[in-house]
Amino acid sequence: MRSSKAFLTTTGAVAAIAIAAGVAFGPASAAAETIRIGDINSYTRLPAHTVPYRQGAILAIEEFNRSGGVLGRQLEFISHDDQGKPGEAVKVAERLFARDEVALISGSLFSHVGLALTAYAKKSKRLYIAAEPLADALVWAQGNRYTFRLRPSTYMQAAMLAAEVAKVEKARRWATIAPNYAYGKDAVAAFQKVLTQLRPDVEFVGSQWPALFKIDAGAEVEALKRLEPDAIYNVTFGGDLAKFAREGKLRGLFEGRLMVGLLTGEPEYLDPLKDEAPEGWLVTGYPWYDIETPEHKAFVAAYRQRWDDYPRIGSVVGYNTMLAIKAMLERAGSTDTEKMVDAMEGLSFDAPTGPITFRAIDHQATMGAYVGWTALRDGKGVMVDWKYLDGAGYLPSDDEVRKLRGGQ
Amino acid sequence: MADFIVSLLTGLSSAAAMFLVASGLSIIFGVTRIVNFAHGSFYMLGAYIGYTLVQAIGSAAVGFWAAVLIAAVAVGAIGVVMEILLLRRIYRAPELFQLIATFGVILVIQDVTLWVWGSEDLVGPQAPGLKGAADILGKPIPEYDLALIAISPLVLVGLWALFKLTRWGTLVRAATQDRQMVAALGVNQRWLFTGVLFLGSALAGLGGAVQIPKGGADLLMDFNILAVAFVVVVVGGMGSVFGAFWAAVLFGILQTFGIQILPNSTLVLMFLVMAVVLIFRPWGLLGMPETLGQAHPGPPEQPLRPALPRVRILGGAATALLLALPVAHLVLPQLVGAFTLVLVIEIMVFVLFAAALHFIMGPGGMVSFGHAAYFGGGAYAAALLVKFADAPFELAFWAAPVGAALLAFLFGWFCVRLSGVYFAMLTLAFAQIAWAFVFQDMPGSVLRTFGIADEFGAPLKITGGDDGLNDIWPSAWAGTRIAYYYIAVGLSVAALWIMRRFLYAPFGYTLRAGRDSPLRAAAIGIDLTRHRWLAFALSGAFTGLAGALFLFSKGSVFPTTLEIARSFDALLMVLLGGVQSLFGPIFGAAALTWLNDLFSVLSYWRFLLGVTIIALVLLLPQGIVGFAGTRLGRRLRLARPEEITA
Repeated sequence: MRSSKAFLTTTGAVAAIAIAAGVAFGPASAAAETIRIGDINSYTRLPAHTVPYRQGAILAIEEFNRSGGVLGRQLEFISHDDQGKPGEAVKVAERLFARDEVALISGSLFSHVGLALTAYAKKSKRLYIAAEPLADALVWAQGNRYTFRLRPSTYMQAAMLAAEVAKVEKARRWATIAPNYAYGKDAVAAFQKVLTQLRPDVEFVGSQWPALFKIDAGAEVEALKRLEPDAIYNVTFGGDLAKFAREGKLRGLFEGRLMVGLLTGEPEYLDPLKDEAPEGWLVTGYPWYDIETPEHKAFVAAYRQRWDDYPRIGSVVGYNTMLAIKAMLERAGSTDTEKMVDAMEGLSFDAPTGPITFRAIDHQATMGAYVGWTALRDGKGVMVDWKYLDGAGYLPSDDEVRKLRGGQ
Repeated sequence: MADFIVSLLTGLSSAAAMFLVASGLSIIFGVTRIVNFAHGSFYMLGAYIGYTLVQAIGSAAVGFWAAVLIAAVAVGAIGVVMEILLLRRIYRAPELFQLIATFGVILVIQDVTLWVWGSEDLVGPQAPGLKGAADILGKPIPEYDLALIAISPLVLVGLWALFKLTRWGTLVRAATQDRQMVAALGVNQRWLFTGVLFLGSALAGLGGAVQIPKGGADLLMDFNILAVAFVVVVVGGMGSVFGAFWAAVLFGILQTFGIQILPNSTLVLMFLVMAVVLIFRPWGLLGMPETLGQAHPGPPEQPLRPALPRVRILGGAATALLLALPVAHLVLPQLVGAFTLVLVIEIMVFVLFAAALHFIMGPGGMVSFGHAAYFGGGAYAAALLVKFADAPFELAFWAAPVGAALLAFLFGWFCVRLSGVYFAMLTLAFAQIAWAFVFQDMPGSVLRTFGIADEFGAPLKITGGDDGLNDIWPSAWAGTRIAYYYIAVGLSVAALWIMRRFLYAPFGYTLRAGRDSPLRAAAIGIDLTRHRWLAFALSGAFTGLAGALFLFSKGSVFPTTLEIARSFDALLMVLLGGVQSLFGPIFGAAALTWLNDLFSVLSYWRFLLGVTIIALVLLLPQGIVGFAGTRLGRRLRLARPEEITA
């Protein structure tokens, strides 16, 4: 009994002291001179994909600051790791807003992390510009006033590929291979939907679902061969793609078949394969080495000078995200969240990859993707015969989008 | 027929890497009883070191195989360094404590590898002389696959000869069967352990190096192989090399044919098989029951005693500080920022999670490797109720502990019949099955096959796969940061107090009796299985409560809340805090969550965290609360003077 009393007495005493101390000092306010942008990305979980993003973003911020900043204020880029965990990302967002007093947050690569931040942005009524996550739900089923997305989504990129392969007459029997998680499932579903609309005669004969980054490539290749398809749609990437490409070649899977790869042409995925990069696949990607527009050449030159490395798709997405933020701040004229959101809706700006607009209807940007064929050049994989497809042409109708957003 | 044979060979070749890694893990565990989490990191290092060596000297066949062997020896040497500098100093710590030391090693190796080899995936070159495909009944199969198929039986025969024909091997086998007897006969255990660590690590390194031509090296390899290696070892029987071999062959073949029949089964197949094997053969295919006296090498635990007055006063002060914090935030925002409250909420969630795990792990002696199933399972129960029944926050919140308790009740029925590492692995298997259930949205898939659609005509999603369930927040009254803070702190403190009451009640004493002496407890008429089962379900309920607090503070739930890494987080918190004290999990969870937040804003934070964990392990081998037992702690009257320090 005596010790319970001791417990309660101390509890009361400490609480009183803490409150008294608080009253004595009282609140104060601090004004931020620079405009701070909070960046959240999976820097330890997937550094090969996120570090180029950060480098592109930092390049843009440094360029803005050299030319006098935005609204007469310098920009500050505060970057934190989310460890690839959605819960951690939400905590980092709270830290950025509460402790670092950032005006908005941007970034992320994993879809589930992006979706967690989407829900957080809606609840806290703070602006979140999703840079790289591909999940369709981010702007549709889970879309909300405070969330915008730059990169072309799973649906858009799959639709671009489907529209291209619909022209290939002989490809009737299709098989698919995709990592066994939401991105893989969405990518296959979108491809199937668009392709069967354009070509009612095609048939999907089977799907393989290897676990992400744990592919048993030999077994998957044998399973695909048994399906005897005319064409194969591949969504695997990273180490899985390397193993799949090697086994498929050795085991003769690709011979006489049309191969299509989502994101396969992005330098992040193609370059590690070196001279074993698949040839003659139709892919979406980023042929930075052959894009001849002056804006893009200037971007590549600046990037190489700053980082002594060539740009990846993440780099240009990071750069474009910061361009969007700059254009938005100039349009809003303030860092008030509601004004920034209003400025984001319908915002148009020019990027190294071409003009981009953030659609007011679903907050998806019209940034497009490069579609072309893989080939080997100087012992490494490149994209040839490519073209840039503007994202605006590969989105569902406005009615469908409204339905998907559930009247938000 | 040709297809069948090609598939069979493909399965056998993927068994090779599994066998090499698993046999090393099995040997290390068999002799030292250390659950070596760093084993996956050794596999990864084998791949990276092998890659570099192959680039340097591997253009011809001789050079290639020399590079593979050198990589294996180099990794073996790293294992020896870990044993001498780290593990040797903590063999007398409580069971499984070495596990966190090896976890610290994982973190350090991750960042060192990133620093040395860079972030880009390294695609391995093909093996010289084995670049093409062989023709088997008119079907192509890579030549290197045939080489791999040959390697594992070779290694198996080599290990068999080593164990059967050398004196060292005889000692290793003796130590696997009865370590204490070997020590009593005057064998120098230190060098035996060092040698075993070398052999086991070298096998992991070899496994990593031989798979270079099949893939290469990347930074996710360590965790990807770890779970697989444990499954193979456990299904084969801990400590049995032949068991590991047959289990690897079984999984290699099952995987190949499973993928053709059920392409969706890739995530869950291994764990389903492990669960079935453990239910029918609780010690794996070729394993032996754990001999008595091996499970607890350290001195017996002290009985639980009421806390000392000084400890109570400190506990009261801490509670008061927690309660006063929001007030301090309101009047002194520059000193106590809003984020401090957010961080304290997170700490309290994990304190509750760790304490609930400790409830069965400490007093119950049941080490669960899969407790995230009840954390995430509870969160999903609440989230599903909100999403599909529009349940209000006040009701949905309580669905989490109830749902988690039911889940623990179900899984527990199978698990509590096992003990030791087999218990741990069965909980892991069930957690993985639960994870795959939400990750693949199994209920949603069933509905979709019947063509059931949602109100917009889109295919119905239930758990939403890894896109999770989003936008789930508390009611308005509880939604402010301060209100939610008081909910989180109040419920966690209340739950901690209730758990403490349980453990000081006859129920808790019974649990401890069963842990320390199952035979005697059974002899006086205690139904141990039932008590363990009930404790497991109770622990599940409290874990689910933590899951609910987590869900409503984050606003969304994803399969990551059920994944292995989350289970291990809780395990680390308990072990780091000190498994022998009820305060251990509180300190462990608070310290790890706080350190994680402190370091994660820095680059190479994993290295820092890993080094900090290793330092704590070396300084306080009884966990953080072990401080109370030090001379300083006693002088501060945090522990009774007469208690024995281990």
